[in-house]
Amino acid sequence: MNEEPVRIGVFICHCGTNIGGFVDVPAVVEYAKTLPGVVFATNNLYTCAEDGLASIRDAIKEHRLNRVVVASCTPRTHAPLFQGVCEEAGLNKYLFTFVNLREHCSWVHMKEKEKATQKAKDLVRAGVARVRLLQPQEEARIDVEPKALVIGGGISGMVAALSIAQQGFPVYLVEKESEFGGFVRNLNNLYLGGKDAMETIKPLIDKVMANANIIKCLNSRLVSVEGFIGNYNIVIDANGKEIKDKVGVIVVATGAIEYIPEGLYGYDLYENVVTLTEFEILCKKKALPKINSIAFIQCVGSRGQDKSYCSRICCNVAIKNALNVVENYQDMLGLGTGEIVEKVPVEMKAPEEILERRRRRRGRRERGEEEEEAPSPTTGKIEVTIFNRDIMAYGVEHELNYNRSREKHVRYVRYTPENRPKVYKEGDKLVIDYWHDTLKMQRKMTVDMIVLSTPLVNNPDAKELSKMLKVPLGQDGFFLEAHVKLRPVDFATDGIFVCGTAKGPADITECVFQAQAAASRATIPLARGFVQTEALTARVNPTLCTGCGTCIEVCPYKAIQKNKDGVAEVIVAACKGCGCCGATCPEGAIDLSHYTDMQLIAEAKAALQEVIE
Amino acid sequence: MSDFEPKILGFLCNWCSYAGADLAGVSRYQYPPNIRIVRVMCSTRVSPHIILEVFKAGADGVMVGGCHIGDCHYITGNYYTERRVKLTKELLALAGIEPDRLRLEWVSASEGEKFANVVADFVKQIKEIGPSPIKNNQEMMTRLSAAIQAAKIFRVKLVSGKELKLTTEGNVYGEKIDQERMDAILKSVAQAEFKRSLILELTKQKALSVKELADAIGETPDTILDHIVVLRSKNLIALSGIEGSSPKYKAILVGGV
Repeated sequence: MNEEPVRIGVFICHCGTNIGGFVDVPAVVEYAKTLPGVVFATNNLYTCAEDGLASIRDAIKEHRLNRVVVASCTPRTHAPLFQGVCEEAGLNKYLFTFVNLREHCSWVHMKEKEKATQKAKDLVRAGVARVRLLQPQEEARIDVEPKALVIGGGISGMVAALSIAQQGFPVYLVEKESEFGGFVRNLNNLYLGGKDAMETIKPLIDKVMANANIIKCLNSRLVSVEGFIGNYNIVIDANGKEIKDKVGVIVVATGAIEYIPEGLYGYDLYENVVTLTEFEILCKKKALPKINSIAFIQCVGSRGQDKSYCSRICCNVAIKNALNVVENYQDMLGLGTGEIVEKVPVEMKAPEEILERRRRRRGRRERGEEEEEAPSPTTGKIEVTIFNRDIMAYGVEHELNYNRSREKHVRYVRYTPENRPKVYKEGDKLVIDYWHDTLKMQRKMTVDMIVLSTPLVNNPDAKELSKMLKVPLGQDGFFLEAHVKLRPVDFATDGIFVCGTAKGPADITECVFQAQAAASRATIPLARGFVQTEALTARVNPTLCTGCGTCIEVCPYKAIQKNKDGVAEVIVAACKGCGCCGATCPEGAIDLSHYTDMQLIAEAKAALQEVIE
Repeated sequence: MSDFEPKILGFLCNWCSYAGADLAGVSRYQYPPNIRIVRVMCSTRVSPHIILEVFKAGADGVMVGGCHIGDCHYITGNYYTERRVKLTKELLALAGIEPDRLRLEWVSASEGEKFANVVADFVKQIKEIGPSPIKNNQEMMTRLSAAIQAAKIFRVKLVSGKELKLTTEGNVYGEKIDQERMDAILKSVAQAEFKRSLILELTKQKALSVKELADAIGETPDTILDHIVVLRSKNLIALSGIEGSSPKYKAILVGGV
């Protein structure tokens, strides 16, 4: 234990004018010097700049500091930097405390310098109170089993497994169906003019099949997982045979399925109303019915209708299919034999202002100020209409497809969530009754077929898997990554990664990106051979523990077990330091290192009043 | 009361609320400077007795901030936070402190504006309630100390810790307890343990009779006697003498407290 007297250094940052402009920094420095245990306090223009960091390093040596407080921005971005400097100067990085003067003080109290300065003093006092009680912590080292498990044999799973295998590590690739390919097996083609989807991905499947490092488990399911990073004990039911092994990391690539639009747009009432994927299957099997006209309805069941999110890919898939219909499938659609689509003459019904606009445009054209009139829709071709809220054809490829579809006279009709189109049958014809937002009038369109673009939703198996792996699902039911921006393929649980549509709608390119990212993240511990554990873990006081087991029930990571004496024991490698067990323990036998009851109470009390115990 | 500036302490979880407070800063949403923030890794870390200690240190209000339900970085932490805060409010009420002085808020990392609004609203609310009643009030202080003791007692923590499991998954026989009944159980347990802790707090200084305790606590003498029987069986209180015909009891101070 660190028994030498506490010598605290306080470094207060101006952050240019970000803090200095709204808080009297020199006054806070003078105040910090009066706090018990503080032997050195200074201010820096930018503590995170090299000279600021050097001042910390120098002060630790010169004043023999054994505790450091930096009062600047947020620990969420800058703590590792300052902790690193402490370590360079030979100080355990856990003897450091961060005080947030910028995000939590100067930036939010820009018009009351006096009160902001007082608050800054309180916060520094709290930080000093906390740092006095901190103890050095050690991070333990545990070995990693150099094997991986990839769950799901779709595009993402195959790419991830292949990438890990190519780096030389054995991988279990578990797929519940009898062949690899996942959702893509339903699809007609992956891009315009492309060959059959399965043919497109065949080289990938071949590579997977040929790679000796990949242990291929078809018709298989993951039965159980236990353990923690580096040491997951897995049981796989591989086509009736039980495989037990140990792996170091797990990649979740369980994919998604299509939302079934029950009760929406006559899906369960009428024939010829299908989902986007069912339409792809029909195209793939060359089993489309004879039609003259087809309408796609976008955002069915997504963006607030049932699911809250935008499924991202359906605009592009609908455009692709619209173009496919126009360009490639005319013959097989029985063109010329069907009935003629009803046309509503715009000129007769449009409001005056639109007619006026059209007249003005015609005038300009006649005077030669505008180019030729756009060619009129070619008759005899199939009529394609896409009902949309907005078209999101992001990126180059999709935007070009969109432009091309417009050239080919695919019609785009906008609707609003307040005025959704209605689908019913008149005679033997499907009718779409919709509000034309530009023309401001209710109109009807007779179509032969309706395709509903529904969102991807998470695989129903995901719930069970999330419980088994102890990784979270987000509000929309997809797997939830550790950080939406900075750690998109990690789970908060070390050693488990996620990629592909299991974490949200994505197109194939994006799935491949994600799978390669997840594989490269997953191979870091495999290649290193060991991992450093979290130092912030629960600690059990075995003399107080009565073995009631409540902590075991509440731990979200299965990180506590009873040892042979019937006393709770923390599995350090699995503990993430949330502190739930500590707050729950009926005997008060568990505390969280670095966030002990005593440290929290001392910090909180000091933030409120000038008492340092 | 217009110049009353409440002292508010916020326990914010690192992953959502603290990040939300950061975003409020980055976005320059202004809010009153009454709150002091203490960072915890998860809101579930904040034990009831920690919150009560903060009130004892003179806080006019305490805010606990976590991730939205379902978004907890530690999967289920905030479900427990919700229940712990409920228990803490119960104990606050028993101690005679307005439970509204404790506020639980879910603020995500993207809700900077919400954070600023919540703080502004909470400051306004505390200004309306007024300064903490414990200031310069020895009786309130004693009651709060009893609440802190009660929050640490095995029975209270056990019932609170098991609440989620018993109401959602059920016990080992798969029997679920409905929330209403669970609330009633927790309430009665908290009440009983609070009263016992209060008896101990009151008898720490001087020996008191059942009648005196009943008057001080506002309970019937027979209930007080029941509690004393339990406390005696646990060796926490002892008979210190008889005055007239009334036996007087004094808490047994362990470890020379």
